[in-house]
Amino acid sequence: MIDFLKRLFGAQGSSTTAKERLRLVLMTDHLELAPEMIDAMKRDLVDVISRYVEVDREKIDVTFEQQDRALAMLANIPILSVNRPKPNGSAIAAAPNVASPGAIAPPDGIVTRRRRRRKKKLAQAAIGQPAEMTPRGGYTSTG
Amino acid sequence: MHQLQPSFDSAPEGRAVEDDSVTKPLGRAIVVTSGKGGVGKTTTTANLGTALAARGATVALVDADVGLRNLDIVLGLENRVKHHLLDVLEERVTLDDALVTDKHSPTLSLLAAAQAREKDEVDTEKMCALILSLRERFDFVLIDCPAGIELGFRNAVAGAQEAIVVCTPEVSAVRDVDRVIGLLGNKFRPQLVINRLRPQLVKKGKMLSVDDVNAILRLPLLGVIADEPEIIVTTNRGEPLALRPQTPTGAAYHAIAARIAGDDVAAPMPVLKESLLDKLGTLFGGKRA
Repeated sequence: MIDFLKRLFGAQGSSTTAKERLRLVLMTDHLELAPEMIDAMKRDLVDVISRYVEVDREKIDVTFEQQDRALAMLANIPILSVNRPKPNGSAIAAAPNVASPGAIAPPDGIVTRRRRRRKKKLAQAAIGQPAEMTPRGGYTSTG
Repeated sequence: MHQLQPSFDSAPEGRAVEDDSVTKPLGRAIVVTSGKGGVGKTTTTANLGTALAARGATVALVDADVGLRNLDIVLGLENRVKHHLLDVLEERVTLDDALVTDKHSPTLSLLAAAQAREKDEVDTEKMCALILSLRERFDFVLIDCPAGIELGFRNAVAGAQEAIVVCTPEVSAVRDVDRVIGLLGNKFRPQLVINRLRPQLVKKGKMLSVDDVNAILRLPLLGVIADEPEIIVTTNRGEPLALRPQTPTGAAYHAIAARIAGDDVAAPMPVLKESLLDKLGTLFGGKRA
């Protein structure tokens, strides 16, 4: 009876779970297969953040982790000093919010949200066009 | 550019056509692969070979699964195999000695794998040369690839120009196919056969649908084969279902073969057959997966 009600109200079948698991696992697989892409992304991230704060490029640590229903990118970027805000840059005013060097993205704060949005975009790009993520496999690129 | 295919100075693509108009143009070598085992590569190879032969094409099936030979069983030819792939590669017998003509389809031939040998005993360059000489004689050369992505896979793929990837609507199979597509690259123009689909389960939301699978793999779809008990029965008997084009699954194999040959026919899709019991089940609500 409960099953019947569930169906009536459109409960999800296990294929939805399968789809979701597949999406996540492939994202992780593709990230593993594309270390060059992650390096490039790290560089770009740091370049953007460096406009606002001075970061320690040597100690940057970017990892990926599966969290419940999404793949999360965790960036640990030690901040050496905060750049002086430019008179016309509105976003820069938020920079001092990331005060603690070495902190894994504080839960709130404008900078974090901005960064998270960026992560999402990158992650979507990774699953969105698998054919264009150049070196997906090992030996094809050796020749 | 590619290390998968050692170049053959003696026989560049299409030379046979240019040299002599009487000579048959080179046939197409297509590898049937999947990454994961047990998704139906061998059954697909046997059936597509049978269906292509029924169209009048000459077809050679090569079992590249050295050590675990099975294509002969599926075709019912196990008692006729005298020599195998490695006998030919190691020049103990000629290709003619080793090729076995099918019982049912006179234009279909099988080159069986060695059973008591290992995959890394196959010389990649010799394998390429063998596939090329088969292409000179047959319209189609279908290579049944072993599971995995190691040397056995690389040897099976080496001589081919095209790939058919077989995938079942399961998370593990899709993941493995995704990896194989990455390894194949764009060169093999891989096309997809979705195998063992159960339309009833898809309808109930208990199985990945064709669209779910291909939203991820994004390959040209050759066709979909339903999970039918008759496939097991025909495999038991060693008579591929494609020998019976009047059955829905047999017809699906023929449609896929037609598409491979370049005919403009629609990709076959299994139809949902709902029994009275299914309808009652939907009405009262069955167990959820």
